[in-house]
Amino acid sequence: MGEGTGTPAVELRGVSRQFRRRRTSLLTPAPVVDAVRDVSVTVARGERFGIVGESGSGKSTLLRLVSGLDQPTAGEILVEGRPVHDQPARRLGWLRETLQLVFQDPMSSLDPRMRVRDIVAEPLVAQGRHDNRERVHELLEAVGMSAEAADRYPHQFSGGQRQRISVARALAPGPDILVADEPVSALDVSVRAQVLNLIDEVVDGFDLTLIFVSHDLSVVRHVCDRVAVMRRGEFVEVAPTEQLWNDPQHPYTQQLLAAVPDLHGALAGRTARDLAADVARRGQDGAGTG
Amino acid sequence: MSEVGRAWGRRLNPSLVVGGVLVTAIVVLALVSYVWTPWPPMRVLPVEAYQTPNAEHWLGTDRFRRDVFTQILVGARTTLYVGLVAVGVAAVVGVPLGILAAMSPGWLGQVVMRTNDVLLAFPALLLAIMFAALYGGSTRVAMIAIGIATIPAFARITRSGALGVMKSEYVVAARAAGRSPLAIAWRHVLPNVAGLVIVQASVSFAIAILAEAALAYLGLGTPTGQASWGRMLYEAQTTLRSAPHLALVPGAAIALSVLGFNLFGDGLRDWLDPRLERR
Repeated sequence: MGEGTGTPAVELRGVSRQFRRRRTSLLTPAPVVDAVRDVSVTVARGERFGIVGESGSGKSTLLRLVSGLDQPTAGEILVEGRPVHDQPARRLGWLRETLQLVFQDPMSSLDPRMRVRDIVAEPLVAQGRHDNRERVHELLEAVGMSAEAADRYPHQFSGGQRQRISVARALAPGPDILVADEPVSALDVSVRAQVLNLIDEVVDGFDLTLIFVSHDLSVVRHVCDRVAVMRRGEFVEVAPTEQLWNDPQHPYTQQLLAAVPDLHGALAGRTARDLAADVARRGQDGAGTG
Repeated sequence: MSEVGRAWGRRLNPSLVVGGVLVTAIVVLALVSYVWTPWPPMRVLPVEAYQTPNAEHWLGTDRFRRDVFTQILVGARTTLYVGLVAVGVAAVVGVPLGILAAMSPGWLGQVVMRTNDVLLAFPALLLAIMFAALYGGSTRVAMIAIGIATIPAFARITRSGALGVMKSEYVVAARAAGRSPLAIAWRHVLPNVAGLVIVQASVSFAIAILAEAALAYLGLGTPTGQASWGRMLYEAQTTLRSAPHLALVPGAAIALSVLGFNLFGDGLRDWLDPRLERR
């Protein structure tokens, strides 16, 4: 892209999004819900930025805003220096090439009536590129699937494989920024590590900026350099991952950390395989940060 | 690339086979009537009236000395024509309206659905009778009326299906991929509501056949002198006791065709669904 390296990948300035609830009375005005409240943050190019929070904290709303799928009620959103917040969908063509999404539920994020080939090619077709056969095969191989997968339907794959297909679709237009919305939350614990590793590889290999949302701090810790803790629409704490993990400042962060499963959880019924996966993950984390 | 193309090689289900045989039978009857009928159609013959089935007249003759089997053959045309017109009108208007209503969150969707509710309040037969009064009784007018009265059924079922599709992450993904609303409607919404629409079409086809029979019976649809199973039933009622076969034959034809279209629609829906494909 033309911008200098100094331009941040994503910049939010005082972003808020209010939703109006359905009126419950003729006399009182419709109640307003603040899904996102005055969020400001800058994500540098190449950074791996995590957002953690419980369900309903506004994480997904924030992602929709950044992806231009929704408009903020206040504030500015810049992606690679260009405004997203005040643009109608038809003028965000450039954003589709810059920023792509991976969704939570691998069952519902792939159209059951489309072949994998058409699913992966969709962002390309949307840009008017129609002869995508080779490109689709390349993409599938890049995410560890065989090119034969292209002629099959989503239901013929496991959750982990479907998430790989999602990643392939996200990579199709050659984006600079990958936004992942709880990409492993719906997966079996046994395949989580694989998908996380894939995202890790892809972000490295394609030189991407990553914005990764999860309710699970231990998952975010595995892939992110810096984490924002979100609660009731606000960022309560933003810090480098290890710092946040070892020395949480905000009481809510401390609570979240206390909720991360540990050995006690394991003794309370987690299986040996889960444990092994955990140990492997910790080991990799140690090596990664050393 | 079409759904039907992809579906080849999948196991056929019993509904589809039985329904398909019945539907094919009606189509064959209608086609045969264009090239051959045992006796000249709708012609008063120099033979005895009220014959029971025999070698000369396979299904007997009616009180006007017409050959019943010939009338059944020619009447199959009316039946198919009726279903195609009514379902065609209803689906071509109703499905896009339903998708539009589901995809436009604001007032437009509301206007479409409320208009729909108003239309839904009109019984199909009443509308057909009104049309017959205004434009004269003919099969086409009656069926356009039945088609218009069936639009809300298509719009509703399409909308409810499309609302579900619009909530799915693959539509969000398509938007994030930069797909236009029209492309989303065509590539994602329509294929995913097609199953619902096909079932609705087959049910409506059956209802249209019945409605035509009912209107012909009331003397409002197909005019005298044209073959229609409903008319045959109507003409048979005075002689129900003395010549029951005159009512039983068209009655059975109507029942079998209604059953056939219902089964066919059910079977088709299952057959077209890639999720039910055997791995």
